[in-house]
Amino acid sequence: MMKNGRADHYVITKIVKKNSRILDIGCADGKLLHLLKREKNASGQGIEIEHDKVEVCLQKGLSVVEGDANKEIISFPNKCFDYVILSQTLQTVERPKWIMNEILRIGKKAIISFPNFGYWLCRTQIAFKGKMPVTSDLKLHWYDTQNIHLCTISDFCELVNEMNFVIENKFGINGKKVLSYPFNSFLMNLFASHAVFLIKNK
Amino acid sequence: MTTNKSYYKNIYNYEHTPNLVLNKNFKLQNGKMLQKANIAYQTYGKLNKEKSNAILICHALTGDQYASGINPITKKKGWWHDMIGKGKVFDTNSYYIICSNVLGGCMGTSGPKSINPLSKTFYGINFPEISIKDMVKLQYELIKFLGIKKLFCVVGGSMGGMQVLEWGINYPEKVKLAIPIATSFRHTAQNIALHEVGRQAIKNDFNWIEGNYIDKKVVPEKGLSAARMVAHITYMSEKSLSTKFGRNKRGFNNISKIFSGNFEVESYLQYQGSSFVKRFDANSYLYLTKSMDRFDLSEKYNGKLESVFKNNTCKWLIISFTSDWLFPTSESRHIVSALNANACKVSFVEIESDRGHDSFLLKVPRLYKILRGFLIGGKLQ
Repeated sequence: MMKNGRADHYVITKIVKKNSRILDIGCADGKLLHLLKREKNASGQGIEIEHDKVEVCLQKGLSVVEGDANKEIISFPNKCFDYVILSQTLQTVERPKWIMNEILRIGKKAIISFPNFGYWLCRTQIAFKGKMPVTSDLKLHWYDTQNIHLCTISDFCELVNEMNFVIENKFGINGKKVLSYPFNSFLMNLFASHAVFLIKNK
Repeated sequence: MTTNKSYYKNIYNYEHTPNLVLNKNFKLQNGKMLQKANIAYQTYGKLNKEKSNAILICHALTGDQYASGINPITKKKGWWHDMIGKGKVFDTNSYYIICSNVLGGCMGTSGPKSINPLSKTFYGINFPEISIKDMVKLQYELIKFLGIKKLFCVVGGSMGGMQVLEWGINYPEKVKLAIPIATSFRHTAQNIALHEVGRQAIKNDFNWIEGNYIDKKVVPEKGLSAARMVAHITYMSEKSLSTKFGRNKRGFNNISKIFSGNFEVESYLQYQGSSFVKRFDANSYLYLTKSMDRFDLSEKYNGKLESVFKNNTCKWLIISFTSDWLFPTSESRHIVSALNANACKVSFVEIESDRGHDSFLLKVPRLYKILRGFLIGGKLQ
Protein backbone atom coordinates (compact mmCIF):
# COMPACT_ATOMS: atom_id res chain seq x y z
CA MET A 1 0.00 0.00 0.00
CA MET A 2 2.79 2.35 0.86
CA LYS A 3 4.84 1.65 -2.23
CA ASN A 4 3.35 4.44 -4.29
CA GLY A 5 1.44 6.47 -1.76
CA ARG A 6 2.50 9.17 0.65
CA ALA A 7 3.59 8.06 4.10
CA ASP A 8 1.20 10.48 5.82
CA HIS A 9 -1.69 9.04 3.80
CA TYR A 10 -0.63 5.58 4.90
CA VAL A 11 -0.63 6.66 8.54
CA ILE A 12 -4.00 8.38 8.23
CA THR A 13 -5.50 5.29 6.59
CA LYS A 14 -4.25 3.27 9.56
CA ILE A 15 -5.82 5.69 12.05
CA VAL A 16 -9.27 5.93 10.46
CA LYS A 17 -11.82 3.32 11.52
CA LYS A 18 -14.06 1.54 9.02
CA ASN A 19 -17.25 3.21 7.73
CA SER A 20 -16.29 6.59 9.18
CA ARG A 21 -17.52 9.92 7.98
CA ILE A 22 -14.67 12.20 7.00
CA LEU A 23 -14.06 15.80 6.09
CA ASP A 24 -10.77 16.51 4.34
CA ILE A 25 -9.91 20.20 4.46
CA GLY A 26 -7.76 21.18 1.51
CA CYS A 27 -8.39 17.79 -0.09
CA ALA A 28 -6.46 18.65 -3.31
CA ASP A 29 -7.18 16.05 -6.00
CA GLY A 30 -8.94 13.82 -3.48
CA LYS A 31 -6.21 11.17 -3.29
CA LEU A 32 -6.62 10.68 0.44
CA LEU A 33 -10.43 10.70 0.38
CA HIS A 34 -10.34 8.17 -2.42
CA LEU A 35 -7.93 5.99 -0.51
CA LEU A 36 -10.07 6.11 2.63
CA LYS A 37 -13.16 5.30 0.62
CA ARG A 38 -11.45 2.29 -0.91
CA GLU A 39 -9.62 0.97 2.15
CA LYS A 40 -12.01 1.93 4.94
CA ASN A 41 -15.33 2.35 3.17
CA ALA A 42 -15.32 5.88 4.52
CA SER A 43 -17.79 8.40 3.20
CA GLY A 44 -16.13 11.67 2.67
CA GLN A 45 -16.46 15.29 1.90
CA GLY A 46 -13.71 17.62 0.79
CA ILE A 47 -13.06 21.34 0.68
CA GLU A 48 -10.65 22.62 -1.96
CA ILE A 49 -9.97 26.05 -3.36
CA GLU A 50 -8.17 25.21 -6.61
CA HIS A 51 -10.43 24.79 -9.63
CA ASP A 52 -8.65 22.00 -11.49
CA LYS A 53 -8.28 19.93 -8.32
CA VAL A 54 -12.00 20.26 -7.62
CA GLU A 55 -12.70 19.00 -11.14
CA VAL A 56 -10.53 15.93 -10.56
CA CYS A 57 -12.38 15.20 -7.30
CA LEU A 58 -15.75 15.34 -9.04
CA GLN A 59 -14.55 12.90 -11.68
CA LYS A 60 -13.53 10.51 -8.94
CA GLY A 61 -17.06 10.67 -7.54
CA LEU A 62 -15.96 12.58 -4.46
CA SER A 63 -18.08 15.33 -2.93
CA VAL A 64 -16.16 18.55 -2.77
CA VAL A 65 -17.06 22.11 -2.01
CA GLU A 66 -14.99 24.63 -3.90
CA GLY A 67 -13.98 27.43 -1.62
CA ASP A 68 -12.01 28.75 1.31
CA ALA A 69 -12.00 26.32 4.23
CA ASN A 70 -12.06 29.21 6.71
CA LYS A 71 -15.44 30.23 5.38
CA GLU A 72 -16.85 26.79 4.64
CA ILE A 73 -16.32 25.00 7.92
CA ILE A 74 -18.46 27.34 9.98
CA SER A 75 -21.58 25.99 8.25
CA PHE A 76 -21.09 22.44 9.53
CA PRO A 77 -22.96 21.41 12.67
CA ASN A 78 -21.24 20.06 15.79
CA LYS A 79 -19.70 16.60 15.66
CA CYS A 80 -21.06 15.72 12.21
CA PHE A 81 -17.83 13.96 11.18
CA ASP A 82 -15.94 11.12 12.79
CA TYR A 83 -12.68 12.64 11.60
CA VAL A 84 -11.76 16.01 10.24
CA ILE A 85 -8.47 15.90 8.38
CA LEU A 86 -6.19 18.87 8.07
CA SER A 87 -3.39 17.49 5.97
CA GLN A 88 -0.44 19.82 5.30
CA THR A 89 -2.71 22.82 5.73
CA LEU A 90 -2.42 24.04 9.32
CA GLN A 91 0.80 25.92 8.56
CA THR A 92 -0.90 27.82 5.73
CA VAL A 93 -3.98 29.11 7.55
CA GLU A 94 -4.24 32.57 9.04
CA ARG A 95 -5.62 31.50 12.39
CA PRO A 96 -4.36 28.01 13.32
CA LYS A 97 -5.92 28.07 16.80
CA TRP A 98 -9.28 29.09 15.46
CA ILE A 99 -9.28 26.37 12.83
CA MET A 100 -8.24 23.74 15.38
CA ASN A 101 -11.15 24.72 17.58
CA GLU A 102 -13.47 24.60 14.60
CA ILE A 103 -12.41 21.17 13.39
CA LEU A 104 -12.83 19.72 16.86
CA ARG A 105 -16.25 21.31 17.02
CA ILE A 106 -17.46 19.69 13.80
CA GLY A 107 -15.44 16.48 14.15
CA LYS A 108 -15.24 13.93 16.95
CA LYS A 109 -11.55 13.64 16.25
CA ALA A 110 -9.06 15.63 14.21
CA ILE A 111 -6.14 14.36 12.20
CA ILE A 112 -3.57 17.08 11.66
CA SER A 113 -0.39 16.71 9.66
CA PHE A 114 2.27 19.35 9.15
CA PRO A 115 5.94 19.71 8.21
CA ASN A 116 8.19 19.64 11.27
CA PHE A 117 10.35 22.73 11.50
CA GLY A 118 12.35 20.99 14.24
CA TYR A 119 13.68 18.46 11.71
CA TRP A 120 17.48 18.32 11.88
CA LEU A 121 17.84 19.42 8.27
CA CYS A 122 15.89 22.59 9.03
CA ARG A 123 17.89 23.20 12.17
CA THR A 124 21.23 22.80 10.42
CA GLN A 125 20.27 25.04 7.52
CA ILE A 126 19.39 27.83 9.90
CA ALA A 127 22.28 27.15 12.28
CA PHE A 128 25.06 26.72 9.77
CA LYS A 129 23.92 28.41 6.60
CA GLY A 130 21.91 31.07 8.42
CA LYS A 131 19.19 30.60 5.85
CA MET A 132 15.54 29.62 5.82
CA PRO A 133 15.36 25.87 5.25
CA VAL A 134 14.36 24.26 1.97
CA THR A 135 13.65 20.53 2.33
CA SER A 136 11.53 17.83 0.71
CA ASP A 137 8.66 18.86 3.00
CA LEU A 138 9.33 22.58 2.70
CA LYS A 139 10.03 22.76 -0.98
CA LEU A 140 9.63 26.46 -1.64
CA HIS A 141 11.78 29.43 -0.75
CA TRP A 142 10.54 31.80 1.92
CA TYR A 143 9.24 34.29 -0.67
CA ASP A 144 7.20 31.69 -2.57
CA THR A 145 5.87 29.58 0.26
CA GLN A 146 2.29 29.66 1.51
CA ASN A 147 3.50 28.43 4.88
CA ILE A 148 2.96 31.32 7.26
CA HIS A 149 2.65 29.43 10.56
CA LEU A 150 5.44 26.91 10.68
CA CYS A 151 6.03 25.01 13.91
CA THR A 152 7.96 22.11 15.38
CA ILE A 153 6.47 18.94 16.86
CA SER A 154 7.23 20.30 20.36
CA ASP A 155 5.50 23.59 19.57
CA PHE A 156 2.44 21.74 18.36
CA CYS A 157 2.30 19.48 21.46
CA GLU A 158 2.45 22.60 23.62
CA LEU A 159 -0.41 24.22 21.73
CA VAL A 160 -2.58 21.10 21.98
CA ASN A 161 -2.06 21.06 25.75
CA GLU A 162 -2.72 24.76 26.04
CA MET A 163 -5.98 24.36 24.11
CA ASN A 164 -7.04 21.52 26.41
CA PHE A 165 -7.15 18.89 23.71
CA VAL A 166 -5.79 15.38 24.07
CA ILE A 167 -3.21 13.76 21.81
CA GLU A 168 -4.52 10.28 21.15
CA ASN A 169 -1.72 9.32 18.84
CA LYS A 170 1.20 10.87 17.02
CA PHE A 171 3.49 9.74 14.24
CA GLY A 172 6.69 11.14 12.91
CA ILE A 173 7.47 10.60 9.27
CA ASN A 174 10.78 10.69 7.52
CA GLY A 175 10.54 10.08 3.81
CA LYS A 176 8.65 6.80 3.61
CA LYS A 177 9.50 5.75 7.17
CA VAL A 178 7.02 6.05 10.00
CA LEU A 179 8.44 6.82 13.46
CA SER A 180 5.56 5.96 15.76
CA TYR A 181 4.51 7.12 19.22
CA PRO A 182 6.81 5.17 21.57
CA PHE A 183 9.68 6.83 19.75
CA ASN A 184 11.30 9.34 22.06
CA SER A 185 9.69 12.76 21.65
CA PHE A 186 12.97 14.60 21.51
CA LEU A 187 14.26 12.29 18.82
CA MET A 188 11.02 12.45 16.88
CA ASN A 189 11.24 16.23 16.81
CA LEU A 190 14.75 15.86 15.44
CA PHE A 191 14.28 13.06 12.93
CA ALA A 192 10.73 13.50 11.64
CA SER A 193 10.44 15.77 8.64
CA HIS A 194 6.73 15.61 9.00
CA ALA A 195 4.20 14.72 11.71
CA VAL A 196 0.67 13.32 11.93
CA PHE A 197 -1.37 13.87 15.10
CA LEU A 198 -4.67 12.37 16.15
CA ILE A 199 -6.28 14.70 18.65
CA LYS A 200 -9.64 14.97 20.36
CA ASN A 201 -11.48 16.94 23.00
CA LYS A 202 -10.84 16.14 26.66
CA MET B 1 -55.55 45.92 -32.32
CA THR B 2 -53.64 43.23 -34.16
CA THR B 3 -55.00 39.77 -34.54
CA ASN B 4 -52.18 37.43 -35.16
CA LYS B 5 -53.36 34.29 -36.88
CA SER B 6 -49.78 33.05 -37.10
CA TYR B 7 -49.55 33.08 -33.32
CA TYR B 8 -52.56 30.84 -33.21
CA LYS B 9 -51.01 28.34 -35.51
CA ASN B 10 -47.82 28.44 -33.50
CA ILE B 11 -48.81 28.58 -29.89
CA TYR B 12 -52.44 27.66 -29.71
CA ASN B 13 -53.02 24.99 -32.35
CA TYR B 14 -49.84 22.98 -32.42
CA GLU B 15 -50.10 19.43 -31.13
CA HIS B 16 -47.13 18.53 -29.02
CA THR B 17 -46.27 14.83 -28.95
CA PRO B 18 -45.57 12.65 -27.08
CA ASN B 19 -48.06 13.77 -24.50
CA LEU B 20 -49.07 11.69 -21.50
CA VAL B 21 -52.65 12.17 -20.28
CA LEU B 22 -53.26 11.03 -16.70
CA ASN B 23 -56.28 8.81 -16.25
CA LYS B 24 -56.84 10.00 -12.69
CA ASN B 25 -57.35 13.38 -11.11
CA PHE B 26 -54.17 15.23 -10.32
CA LYS B 27 -54.18 16.79 -6.87
CA LEU B 28 -52.39 20.09 -6.53
CA GLN B 29 -50.56 21.41 -3.49
CA ASN B 30 -53.39 23.84 -2.76
CA GLY B 31 -55.87 20.95 -2.62
CA LYS B 32 -57.49 21.62 -5.98
CA MET B 33 -57.92 18.86 -8.55
CA LEU B 34 -56.85 18.98 -12.15
CA GLN B 35 -58.90 16.78 -14.47
CA LYS B 36 -57.10 14.86 -17.20
CA ALA B 37 -53.82 16.60 -16.52
CA ASN B 38 -51.35 16.01 -19.30
CA ILE B 39 -47.63 16.37 -19.73
CA ALA B 40 -45.86 16.89 -23.04
CA TYR B 41 -42.28 15.69 -23.23
CA GLN B 42 -39.31 14.83 -25.40
CA THR B 43 -36.74 12.09 -24.97
CA TYR B 44 -33.27 11.68 -26.42
CA GLY B 45 -31.16 8.50 -26.40
CA LYS B 46 -32.27 5.07 -25.26
CA LEU B 47 -33.42 3.78 -21.90
CA ASN B 48 -31.22 0.82 -20.96
CA LYS B 49 -32.51 -2.57 -19.80
CA GLU B 50 -32.01 -1.77 -16.13
CA LYS B 51 -33.69 1.61 -16.66
CA SER B 52 -30.83 3.15 -14.75
CA ASN B 53 -29.53 5.69 -17.26
CA ALA B 54 -32.33 8.26 -17.22
CA ILE B 55 -31.57 11.94 -16.78
CA LEU B 56 -34.43 14.35 -16.25
CA ILE B 57 -33.75 17.85 -17.47
CA CYS B 58 -35.92 20.58 -15.98
CA HIS B 59 -36.42 23.71 -18.04
CA ALA B 60 -36.48 27.31 -16.86
CA LEU B 61 -39.36 29.82 -16.89
CA THR B 62 -39.57 30.32 -20.63
CA GLY B 63 -37.91 27.09 -21.72
CA ASP B 64 -39.72 24.03 -22.97
CA GLN B 65 -39.37 20.30 -23.57
CA TYR B 66 -37.46 20.84 -26.80
CA ALA B 67 -34.12 20.96 -25.01
CA SER B 68 -32.26 19.52 -27.98
CA GLY B 69 -32.88 19.27 -31.71
CA ILE B 70 -35.01 21.80 -33.55
CA ASN B 71 -37.88 23.43 -31.71
CA PRO B 72 -41.02 23.03 -33.89
CA ILE B 73 -42.40 26.42 -32.83
CA THR B 74 -39.33 28.62 -33.06
CA LYS B 75 -37.54 26.49 -35.69
CA LYS B 76 -34.38 27.18 -33.71
CA LYS B 77 -32.03 24.84 -31.86
CA GLY B 78 -33.21 23.66 -28.45
CA TRP B 79 -32.09 25.64 -25.40
CA TRP B 80 -29.52 22.99 -24.39
CA HIS B 81 -28.82 21.69 -27.87
CA ASP B 82 -25.08 22.02 -27.35
CA MET B 83 -25.30 20.08 -24.10
CA ILE B 84 -27.42 17.11 -25.21
CA GLY B 85 -26.51 14.62 -27.93
CA LYS B 86 -24.01 12.03 -29.04
CA GLY B 87 -20.66 12.68 -27.37
CA LYS B 88 -21.95 15.80 -25.65
CA VAL B 89 -22.14 16.41 -21.88
CA PHE B 90 -25.47 14.64 -21.62
CA ASP B 91 -24.32 11.94 -23.98
CA THR B 92 -27.21 10.20 -25.71
CA ASN B 93 -24.89 7.26 -26.43
CA SER B 94 -25.09 6.35 -22.76
CA TYR B 95 -27.95 8.33 -21.20
CA TYR B 96 -31.67 8.51 -21.76
CA ILE B 97 -32.60 12.16 -21.55
CA ILE B 98 -36.11 13.26 -20.65
CA CYS B 99 -37.35 16.82 -20.76
CA SER B 100 -40.98 17.75 -20.19
CA ASN B 101 -42.91 20.97 -20.47
CA VAL B 102 -43.77 22.25 -16.98
CA LEU B 103 -47.22 22.27 -15.49
CA GLY B 104 -48.68 25.68 -16.26
CA GLY B 105 -46.56 25.95 -19.40
CA CYS B 106 -47.77 26.54 -22.94
CA MET B 107 -46.11 23.82 -25.01
CA GLY B 108 -48.57 21.01 -24.59
CA THR B 109 -48.61 20.37 -20.85
CA SER B 110 -51.71 21.39 -18.86
CA GLY B 111 -51.72 25.13 -18.42
CA PRO B 112 -53.92 28.19 -18.76
CA LYS B 113 -54.07 27.84 -22.54
CA SER B 114 -55.40 24.24 -22.27
CA ILE B 115 -59.06 23.39 -22.64
CA ASN B 116 -60.80 22.73 -19.35
CA PRO B 117 -62.30 19.22 -19.85
CA LEU B 118 -65.31 20.15 -17.73
CA SER B 119 -66.33 23.44 -19.32
CA LYS B 120 -64.75 22.73 -22.73
CA THR B 121 -63.40 26.29 -22.79
CA PHE B 122 -59.88 27.65 -22.37
CA TYR B 123 -58.83 27.73 -18.74
CA GLY B 124 -57.34 31.22 -18.96
CA ILE B 125 -57.05 32.60 -15.47
CA ASN B 126 -59.47 29.96 -14.21
CA PHE B 127 -56.52 27.60 -14.26
CA PRO B 128 -55.75 26.69 -10.65
CA GLU B 129 -52.70 28.12 -8.94
CA ILE B 130 -49.72 25.82 -9.29
CA SER B 131 -46.46 25.43 -7.41
CA ILE B 132 -42.97 24.26 -8.32
CA LYS B 133 -43.77 21.18 -6.21
CA ASP B 134 -46.81 20.49 -8.41
CA MET B 135 -44.64 20.68 -11.54
CA VAL B 136 -42.34 18.07 -10.06
CA LYS B 137 -45.24 15.86 -8.96
CA LEU B 138 -46.47 15.80 -12.54
CA GLN B 139 -42.98 14.96 -13.79
CA TYR B 140 -42.96 12.13 -11.27
CA GLU B 141 -46.10 10.72 -12.93
CA LEU B 142 -44.25 10.77 -16.24
CA ILE B 143 -41.22 9.01 -14.76
CA LYS B 144 -43.49 6.30 -13.30
CA PHE B 145 -45.20 5.94 -16.67
CA LEU B 146 -41.81 5.46 -18.34
CA GLY B 147 -41.09 2.67 -15.84
CA ILE B 148 -38.10 4.38 -14.25
CA LYS B 149 -37.57 3.50 -10.59
CA LYS B 150 -34.65 5.82 -10.00
CA LEU B 151 -33.36 8.72 -12.04
CA PHE B 152 -29.63 8.75 -12.51
CA CYS B 153 -29.70 12.51 -12.48
CA VAL B 154 -32.06 15.49 -12.29
CA VAL B 155 -30.62 18.74 -13.57
CA GLY B 156 -31.83 22.23 -14.40
CA GLY B 157 -31.09 25.93 -14.16
CA SER B 158 -33.05 28.81 -12.66
CA MET B 159 -36.69 27.68 -12.31
CA GLY B 160 -35.40 24.30 -13.50
CA GLY B 161 -33.04 24.36 -10.52
CA MET B 162 -35.98 24.94 -8.20
CA GLN B 163 -37.56 21.80 -9.64
CA VAL B 164 -34.32 19.89 -9.03
CA LEU B 165 -34.43 20.99 -5.38
CA GLU B 166 -38.04 19.81 -5.07
CA TRP B 167 -37.11 16.50 -6.68
CA GLY B 168 -34.26 15.90 -4.27
CA ILE B 169 -36.37 16.85 -1.28
CA ASN B 170 -39.66 15.11 -2.13
CA TYR B 171 -38.31 12.03 -3.89
CA PRO B 172 -34.76 11.55 -2.54
CA GLU B 173 -34.95 7.78 -3.06
CA LYS B 174 -35.78 8.35 -6.73
CA VAL B 175 -32.80 10.58 -7.48
CA LYS B 176 -29.14 9.64 -7.52
CA LEU B 177 -27.55 12.92 -8.62
CA ALA B 178 -29.22 16.31 -8.19
CA ILE B 179 -27.77 19.36 -9.94
CA PRO B 180 -29.50 22.67 -9.27
CA ILE B 181 -27.82 25.41 -11.31
CA ALA B 182 -28.05 29.21 -10.96
CA THR B 183 -31.00 28.99 -8.63
CA SER B 184 -32.25 29.61 -5.13
CA PHE B 185 -34.34 27.96 -2.44
CA ARG B 186 -36.67 30.96 -2.44
CA HIS B 187 -37.39 34.11 -4.35
CA THR B 188 -36.08 37.29 -2.80
CA ALA B 189 -38.03 40.56 -2.63
CA GLN B 190 -36.00 41.75 -5.62
CA ASN B 191 -36.89 38.64 -7.65
CA ILE B 192 -40.57 39.11 -6.84
CA ALA B 193 -40.45 42.84 -7.59
CA LEU B 194 -38.96 42.26 -11.03
CA HIS B 195 -41.58 39.63 -11.85
CA GLU B 196 -44.35 41.94 -10.70
CA VAL B 197 -43.27 44.57 -13.24
CA GLY B 198 -43.70 41.97 -15.97
CA ARG B 199 -47.06 40.82 -14.70
CA GLN B 200 -48.34 44.39 -14.49
CA ALA B 201 -47.25 45.00 -18.06
CA ILE B 202 -49.30 42.00 -19.22
CA LYS B 203 -52.34 42.73 -17.09
CA ASN B 204 -52.41 46.35 -18.22
CA ASP B 205 -52.31 45.40 -21.87
CA PHE B 206 -55.64 46.30 -23.47
CA ASN B 207 -55.67 42.88 -25.12
CA TRP B 208 -55.28 40.86 -21.95
CA ILE B 209 -59.06 41.14 -21.32
CA GLU B 210 -58.89 39.64 -17.81
CA GLY B 211 -57.08 36.68 -19.26
CA ASN B 212 -59.77 35.87 -21.83
CA TYR B 213 -57.83 36.97 -24.87
CA ILE B 214 -57.73 33.55 -26.51
CA ASP B 215 -61.50 33.49 -27.00
CA LYS B 216 -61.33 36.98 -28.46
CA LYS B 217 -58.54 35.89 -30.80
CA VAL B 218 -56.10 38.56 -29.67
CA VAL B 219 -52.78 38.45 -27.87
CA PRO B 220 -51.55 40.90 -25.19
CA GLU B 221 -48.34 41.08 -27.11
CA LYS B 222 -47.24 44.53 -25.95
CA GLY B 223 -47.51 43.59 -22.31
CA LEU B 224 -45.88 40.20 -22.75
CA SER B 225 -43.14 41.74 -24.83
CA ALA B 226 -42.42 44.40 -22.18
CA ALA B 227 -42.38 41.69 -19.50
CA ARG B 228 -39.83 39.77 -21.54
CA MET B 229 -37.69 42.86 -22.03
CA VAL B 230 -37.44 43.53 -18.31
CA ALA B 231 -36.76 39.87 -17.59
CA HIS B 232 -34.15 39.66 -20.32
CA ILE B 233 -32.13 42.44 -18.70
CA THR B 234 -32.09 40.46 -15.46
CA TYR B 235 -30.68 37.44 -17.28
CA MET B 236 -27.64 39.41 -18.45
CA SER B 237 -24.96 41.34 -16.64
CA GLU B 238 -23.98 44.96 -16.95
CA LYS B 239 -20.72 43.75 -18.45
CA SER B 240 -22.35 41.52 -21.04
CA LEU B 241 -24.69 44.35 -22.11
CA SER B 242 -21.76 46.78 -22.33
CA THR B 243 -19.60 44.35 -24.26
CA LYS B 244 -22.38 43.47 -26.66
CA PHE B 245 -23.82 46.94 -27.26
CA GLY B 246 -22.01 49.62 -25.31
CA ARG B 247 -23.58 52.92 -26.33
CA ASN B 248 -23.69 51.98 -30.00
CA LYS B 249 -26.35 53.71 -32.04
CA ARG B 250 -28.02 52.70 -35.25
CA GLY B 251 -26.79 55.69 -37.17
CA PHE B 252 -29.71 58.11 -37.61
CA ASN B 253 -30.57 61.36 -35.98
CA ASN B 254 -34.14 62.02 -37.00
CA ILE B 255 -35.99 64.04 -34.37
CA SER B 256 -39.34 62.52 -35.31
CA LYS B 257 -37.90 59.12 -34.50
CA ILE B 258 -36.47 60.20 -31.18
CA PHE B 259 -38.27 57.46 -29.27
CA SER B 260 -38.09 54.70 -31.82
CA GLY B 261 -35.05 53.20 -30.17
CA ASN B 262 -31.79 54.27 -31.70
CA PHE B 263 -29.49 52.59 -29.24
CA GLU B 264 -28.57 49.10 -30.32
CA VAL B 265 -29.47 47.75 -26.90
CA GLU B 266 -32.99 49.12 -27.36
CA SER B 267 -33.62 47.40 -30.65
CA TYR B 268 -32.08 44.21 -29.29
CA LEU B 269 -34.54 44.21 -26.41
CA GLN B 270 -37.44 44.99 -28.72
CA TYR B 271 -36.44 42.06 -30.87
CA GLN B 272 -36.27 39.81 -27.81
CA GLY B 273 -39.73 40.97 -26.79
CA SER B 274 -41.36 40.57 -30.17
CA SER B 275 -39.93 37.12 -30.85
CA PHE B 276 -40.98 35.95 -27.39
CA VAL B 277 -44.68 36.68 -27.96
CA LYS B 278 -44.64 34.36 -30.96
CA ARG B 279 -43.85 31.39 -28.77
CA PHE B 280 -45.22 32.08 -25.33
CA ASP B 281 -48.62 32.43 -23.73
CA ALA B 282 -49.13 35.51 -21.54
CA ASN B 283 -51.26 33.72 -18.94
CA SER B 284 -48.63 30.99 -18.65
CA TYR B 285 -46.12 33.73 -17.95
CA LEU B 286 -48.33 35.03 -15.13
CA TYR B 287 -48.81 31.58 -13.59
CA LEU B 288 -45.21 30.48 -13.84
CA THR B 289 -43.71 33.70 -12.48
CA LYS B 290 -46.16 33.48 -9.58
CA SER B 291 -45.15 29.91 -8.82
CA MET B 292 -41.52 31.03 -8.70
CA ASP B 293 -42.37 33.96 -6.42
CA ARG B 294 -44.26 31.68 -4.03
CA PHE B 295 -41.39 29.22 -3.96
CA ASP B 296 -39.74 29.07 -0.56
CA LEU B 297 -38.41 25.76 0.72
CA SER B 298 -37.70 27.14 4.17
CA GLU B 299 -41.18 28.57 4.76
CA LYS B 300 -42.52 25.39 6.32
CA TYR B 301 -39.62 25.39 8.79
CA ASN B 302 -39.71 29.04 9.86
CA GLY B 303 -36.85 29.96 7.58
CA LYS B 304 -34.61 27.08 8.68
CA LEU B 305 -33.53 25.68 5.36
CA GLU B 306 -31.39 22.99 6.98
CA SER B 307 -34.53 21.19 8.19
CA VAL B 308 -35.48 20.54 4.57
CA PHE B 309 -32.48 18.32 3.93
CA LYS B 310 -32.65 16.13 7.03
CA ASN B 311 -31.31 12.62 6.23
CA ASN B 312 -31.19 13.48 2.54
CA THR B 313 -29.47 10.76 0.55
CA CYS B 314 -29.01 12.37 -2.89
CA LYS B 315 -25.64 13.36 -4.19
CA TRP B 316 -25.81 17.11 -4.82
CA LEU B 317 -23.85 19.43 -7.05
CA ILE B 318 -24.73 23.09 -6.65
CA ILE B 319 -23.51 25.48 -9.35
CA SER B 320 -23.59 29.27 -9.45
CA PHE B 321 -22.05 31.94 -11.69
CA THR B 322 -19.99 34.93 -10.58
CA SER B 323 -21.94 37.54 -12.55
CA ASP B 324 -25.43 36.19 -11.88
CA TRP B 325 -27.15 38.97 -9.93
CA LEU B 326 -30.62 37.44 -10.25
CA PHE B 327 -29.65 34.29 -8.37
CA PRO B 328 -26.32 35.29 -6.85
CA THR B 329 -23.80 32.83 -5.44
CA SER B 330 -24.88 33.76 -1.90
CA GLU B 331 -28.21 32.01 -2.59
CA SER B 332 -26.43 28.83 -3.67
CA ARG B 333 -24.20 29.05 -0.62
CA HIS B 334 -27.28 29.00 1.60
CA ILE B 335 -28.23 25.70 0.01
CA VAL B 336 -24.71 24.34 0.42
CA SER B 337 -24.66 25.36 4.11
CA ALA B 338 -28.04 23.72 4.69
CA LEU B 339 -26.78 20.51 3.09
CA ASN B 340 -23.56 20.72 5.09
CA ALA B 341 -25.60 21.18 8.25
CA ASN B 342 -27.01 17.73 7.59
CA ALA B 343 -23.65 16.31 6.56
CA CYS B 344 -25.15 15.50 3.15
CA LYS B 345 -23.09 14.65 0.10
CA VAL B 346 -22.65 18.03 -1.52
CA SER B 347 -20.35 19.52 -4.08
CA PHE B 348 -20.34 23.17 -4.96
CA VAL B 349 -18.67 25.31 -7.59
CA GLU B 350 -18.98 28.94 -8.47
CA ILE B 351 -18.11 29.30 -12.13
CA GLU B 352 -16.52 32.44 -13.47
CA SER B 353 -18.55 33.98 -16.23
CA ASP B 354 -19.38 37.58 -17.02
CA ARG B 355 -22.56 36.68 -18.88
CA GLY B 356 -24.98 36.86 -15.98
CA HIS B 357 -27.80 34.51 -15.06
CA ASP B 358 -28.07 33.21 -18.64
CA SER B 359 -24.61 31.62 -18.27
CA PHE B 360 -26.26 28.26 -17.62
CA LEU B 361 -27.69 28.32 -21.15
CA LEU B 362 -24.44 29.37 -22.80
CA LYS B 363 -21.28 27.61 -23.82
CA VAL B 364 -19.31 28.21 -20.65
CA PRO B 365 -16.42 25.70 -20.89
CA ARG B 366 -16.05 25.15 -17.15
CA LEU B 367 -19.77 24.42 -16.77
CA TYR B 368 -19.45 21.69 -19.39
CA LYS B 369 -16.33 20.31 -17.77
CA ILE B 370 -17.84 20.27 -14.27
CA LEU B 371 -21.06 18.59 -15.39
CA ARG B 372 -19.20 15.99 -17.44
CA GLY B 373 -16.92 15.20 -14.51
CA PHE B 374 -19.74 14.96 -12.00
CA LEU B 375 -21.66 12.53 -14.22
CA ILE B 376 -18.54 10.37 -14.66
CA GLY B 377 -17.99 10.41 -10.89
CA GLY B 378 -21.66 9.66 -10.29
CA LYS B 379 -21.38 6.44 -12.25
CA LEU B 380 -18.54 5.13 -10.10
CA GLN B 381 -20.57 4.21 -7.05
